Amino acid sequence: MSLLDRMKRIDRRILFLLMAAGVAIPLLFRPTLTVHPSPIVSRVFDKIESLPEGSKILMSFDYGPSTVPENQPMAEAIARHVLRRRLKLYMVSAWTTGQAQADLLIESVMRTDFTDRVYGEDWVHLGYKAGNQGMINAIFGAMRNLYTTDAAGTNVDAIPMMRDVQSLRDMDLIVDIASGFPGVKEWIQFAGDPGNIPVAGGVTAVEALLLYPYYPRQLLGLMGGLQGAAEYEAALVAKYPEYRDDSKALQIMGPQYVAHLLIVVFILIGNATYFAERRRQKRGRIAGGRS
Amino acid sequence: MTGVERIELWIGALLTLMVYSFLYRDNPFYKFAEHFFVGITAAYAMVLAFWNTLMPNCFGQIAPSLVGHVLPTAAENPANPVRWIPLLFGLLLLARLVAPLAYLSRWAMALVIGYAAGANFTRYLQSDFMGQVRSSMVPLLVRDAGGIAYGSSLSNLVLVAGLISALAYFFFSKEHTGMFGRASRFGIWTLMVAFGAAFGYTVMARVSLLIGRFQHLGRWLGDIF
Repeated sequence: MSLLDRMKRIDRRILFLLMAAGVAIPLLFRPTLTVHPSPIVSRVFDKIESLPEGSKILMSFDYGPSTVPENQPMAEAIARHVLRRRLKLYMVSAWTTGQAQADLLIESVMRTDFTDRVYGEDWVHLGYKAGNQGMINAIFGAMRNLYTTDAAGTNVDAIPMMRDVQSLRDMDLIVDIASGFPGVKEWIQFAGDPGNIPVAGGVTAVEALLLYPYYPRQLLGLMGGLQGAAEYEAALVAKYPEYRDDSKALQIMGPQYVAHLLIVVFILIGNATYFAERRRQKRGRIAGGRS
Repeated sequence: MTGVERIELWIGALLTLMVYSFLYRDNPFYKFAEHFFVGITAAYAMVLAFWNTLMPNCFGQIAPSLVGHVLPTAAENPANPVRWIPLLFGLLLLARLVAPLAYLSRWAMALVIGYAAGANFTRYLQSDFMGQVRSSMVPLLVRDAGGIAYGSSLSNLVLVAGLISALAYFFFSKEHTGMFGRASRFGIWTLMVAFGAAFGYTVMARVSLLIGRFQHLGRWLGDIF
């Protein structure tokens, strides 16, 4: 059997095993790679960096456990940046699973690195509300009509940082960490555009391409996939080196690069096999015509 | 690591292995993990919607004193009888379960569809139609303090050429021949580049998720050995 025939008959499970090895081996050796923030990510970082102390940031957790490797590092990096700069963080969720992700973030960021920040004064977790884009539309008009309590059931009137918040228009920036519908697009449509509120996004790589048309006029900036998260972490570490060890996305960019290289090799081999097979068939037809 | 954390680690790892077993072939373990996930997600969504939305925004405002013992903050506010209206329409949706009254659910559906269509129409018109048209109107020759900004000019040229040619490809009222045909062909190339970028991003996303699962499995193996 020729090499070409072997390549054509290769079992897909061998490719799965190669991919598993391509991810597992770099995870063991942890190669460090240098990541530089791109302009679309830097704009989000620069915006948060430029806001005066006490500015209000609304962060929406519109994703679930299935996309944690991509979304959670960007959410944590944004939360660290916001709290480090002493801005006020309002956490909401348009996804049922988002509330639990916000709880995880509170454990890993607020209760670990920012124990001196006070709940209700520096950050608040308002939790999930049903309604998808209808929820965004509702809080755009009157936030307290829908959010009568925080996620723990405390009356919002008893929360100091909620006293001067009537609607989304009171926010200085909306950051949506999302992986589908409702997501960044809906926050642009129902809050950013009608209220002229800056909207930034952090989304899975699958989603990122669909949001580029909104940049830069309707979308302030975007973190796309693990690469976007790593770029934001790189910007954060460059300014605040104490967060180097918390940079989850930067730490797994090595396996990501190796896996990408492997896929490029698969694509090249697949195409080479295809063209070789086509040439063989063409030769076979010419030989058949002569005989 | 606490006992609860260890149980979480084991459940996550075993379910991951069950799901990945599909890569070899379909099997009962994969089926179990799939159904388990769907069931858990549905139940979780239902419970969260009840306690986060229905209780504080509906029942807590209709009868604050009644739900006050399970949601103390609700008792602090006066009753809001207007909330009977959405509750009534919500109940009408359940009329589908009773055949003679099934037609009543159409009223609630009409309200939902009417609201969604109305709200979406204006927002899509502003953000996706007008907003995108406005964003596409860019100067082909960009000037800055140092003269012509070649990078920005090229970027805008690619955007405009790609947009017009892709639109030409989807214009079927004219035969795709001559200059129009060439523009249409360029449109196909533009679309192919976009599909390639989408594929690349999808691969990146899937690999990220794979890395996340491998990290979890690594922690699990580390706990065992």
